[in-house]
Amino acid sequence: MSDIVVSIRQLNKSFGDNHVLRGINLEVQRGEVVCIIGPSGSGKSTLLRCVNLLETPTSGQVIFLGDDLTDHDCDIDSARTKIGMVFQSFNLFPHMTALENICVAQRKVLKRSAEESEAKARALLARVGLGEKADSYPGQLSGGQQQRVAIARALAMDPTVMLFDEATSALDPELVGDVLRVMKSLAEEGMTMLVVTHEMGFASNAATRVVFMDGGVIVEEGPPSQVISAPQEERTRAFLSSVLNH
Amino acid sequence: MAISKRKRAQYTRYGVYVVTSVVLIAMVFFVDWNKLQDAMFRWELVKDQFPGILTTAARNTLIFTILGFAGGLILGLLLALMRLSKARAYRYFAATYIEVFRGIPLVVTLLILGFGIPIAFKWSWPNPYLRGAVPLALVAGAYMAETIRAGIEAVPKGQMEAARSLGMSYSRAMATIVIPQALRIIVPPLTNELVLLIKDTSLISILGVTEGTIDLARYGRNGVFDTANSTPLIVAGLVYMIMTIPLTQLVAYMERRAKAAGK
Ligand SMILES: Nc1ncnc2c1ncn2[C@@H]1O[C@H](COP(=O)(O)OP(=O)(O)OP(=O)(O)O)[C@@H](O)[C@H]1O
Ligand SMILES: [Mg+2]
Repeated sequence: MSDIVVSIRQLNKSFGDNHVLRGINLEVQRGEVVCIIGPSGSGKSTLLRCVNLLETPTSGQVIFLGDDLTDHDCDIDSARTKIGMVFQSFNLFPHMTALENICVAQRKVLKRSAEESEAKARALLARVGLGEKADSYPGQLSGGQQQRVAIARALAMDPTVMLFDEATSALDPELVGDVLRVMKSLAEEGMTMLVVTHEMGFASNAATRVVFMDGGVIVEEGPPSQVISAPQEERTRAFLSSVLNH
Repeated sequence: MAISKRKRAQYTRYGVYVVTSVVLIAMVFFVDWNKLQDAMFRWELVKDQFPGILTTAARNTLIFTILGFAGGLILGLLLALMRLSKARAYRYFAATYIEVFRGIPLVVTLLILGFGIPIAFKWSWPNPYLRGAVPLALVAGAYMAETIRAGIEAVPKGQMEAARSLGMSYSRAMATIVIPQALRIIVPPLTNELVLLIKDTSLISILGVTEGTIDLARYGRNGVFDTANSTPLIVAGLVYMIMTIPLTQLVAYMERRAKAAGK
């Protein structure tokens, strides 16, 4: 079996006349942490949302563990259980406690027993540092706590890859660190991750590869030591100087 | 002449007080209260209404209401989901249905389904309750569909996306994540629709009634014919209010609570 988890081939996505993704090719190996950086509107979120087909690509393929997700015969629901996603706005279910948020898909989708899913949920809550918050509703938690519950919710499905779309952008600065720490520890444990982020520090430290996108294409990619510390392309340099100097 | 907004509001209020007081005083002096009570609220006639007005008439009004509301709710939910569906045929069907049944007066729908269809198809309603409640449900469903759709659309899109990203199917995500949240938004307007429905059951007797299926309004009206006095109708009106006022108060309470929670 090959070690390629996600393979994006000649991916195009348009919203009406707006050609947002223009022929993206990207492969993610098992254990890789790929950080996607780029200016606002460059198509980073759209690319990430095409990976689990929250957006339907206009053309091209998304191969996940050998299956073409853009194929109409593909069971997208079962593939999605193996692709965890963390959103900028958390999207916790407000009518459920933290524990229930983490259990609901385990129970209804994976058909795990109540005991098993609850044990798993409690272990994950402890791991993201929220062991005491099992019975709190999202509305009673800070943004940083909500995002960590959301990470636990995604991890509960035992995903093969995790997608993060600006997981810390909606947080107050003092809460960003807790979430980044959880993400960093996941990366260190070998989780395959595709991370859209504006946190250059995180990209430098945690990424095995950095992808710089602009105008719907991948302009430059490589290890952080290259893309962030010694970018080759003018557009990459311009972007980095704009984010690092403010 | 410049008077402040507040002053003007104050003057308007004084004006309303004065007019109201004059009308009340006039009523006290000029209305013949004994005559009025004799025509509209005679105690012995009030007593005559019981227990029939409760055991038969109010009971039937409740049966029509419950059947109409339950049927309307199921139909409304189906129509709302069809309107939100990706399949164009469903969307058009639901939109047309809603326009048609909201566009026709309930009385006309009642007559068409109660008389027209049975005559056209040489068929008869198997049950007199259904004959009244089905048209009611068909119309109520059209109104509730729009309320339910608005409630579902008010749930942030990210909720559906999060549920789908965990591998839930569209219908599972709707049932476990979106609709439970939509319900909180929907319950107050739906309760208002229940109040309207209670009163709309009074139209069903246009189809004719038997002793057993008589509803509140018809019971009161029959009472007027029997006694040549308005008292039975007044009592029927009071019984309607006993049913509706707790519901409107409940809505007011829920809306106050939602407002407080939204702050
Ligand atoms: N659902 C949609 N419908 C129409 N246009 C969309 C939609 N989603 C994204 N777009 C457009 O696609 C382009 C890329 O958006 P995208 O959200 O992928 O950018 P991004 O790189 O994630 O930006 P940001 O850093 O601001 O999040 C933008 O021009 C946006 O307006
Ligand atoms: Mg984005």
